[in-house]
Amino acid sequence: MIELSVTEWISVVLIVLGIGFMAIGSIGVIRLPDFYSRTHAASKTDTLGILLVIVGLMVLEGFTINMGKLSFVLLFVALANPIGSHALARAAMDSGLKPLLFRKGELDGSTTQPSSASARSKDKEAGSASKNPRSEDLS
Amino acid sequence: MNTFLLVAATVLMVVIIIPLVRVWKGPTVFDRLLGANAMATKTIVLIAMIGYFYDRIGMFIDITLAYAALGFISSLALAKYMTAEAHPEENDD
Repeated sequence: MIELSVTEWISVVLIVLGIGFMAIGSIGVIRLPDFYSRTHAASKTDTLGILLVIVGLMVLEGFTINMGKLSFVLLFVALANPIGSHALARAAMDSGLKPLLFRKGELDGSTTQPSSASARSKDKEAGSASKNPRSEDLS
Repeated sequence: MNTFLLVAATVLMVVIIIPLVRVWKGPTVFDRLLGANAMATKTIVLIAMIGYFYDRIGMFIDITLAYAALGFISSLALAKYMTAEAHPEENDD
């Protein structure tokens, strides 16, 4: 086995955990069916993975000035990544992109494009989902 | 330890490439923005790891901070731009 000290083992475990979380997030970005669920996959797992890897690099570094700089990176990522994902999801919501739960009842084929003018009035049509032929493959 | 960091950076590069599929075939423009944002945030960690690998961490941490700020500001600006483009009557603030 490779000769590593205790702090290096802690760093290896943290980095492997963080890369695993980021891999789960990447697979979720391409596998999930909806924009909002993709946001859910991308924001939270990416934030936790980046925090874990940076904490692992801090453990590897020890008490130097670079650990302080890495803690600034940690703080910035922990603040900025959820804010960016929230702004993106809010922009999609404001421009009329509906979540998959409410899009099942829409009868027109323009559900994958954000339609700002007519998207607000489509909520009351959600009860007529049974005669929509596209509702089976969306569920 | 250096070998482990090299393997970890290689695996991380593969993980970074994966959301490019969503940028390529995303049905809306927000899916593309989400994929680009996911790639940009993961690149922060890759740059920090490259700094450890070259043993120049003091320089690469500054590059990491600048890249993180740039990605965050561009993501916010694009989100605001998409909102203003969808509602052209509200963009006077």
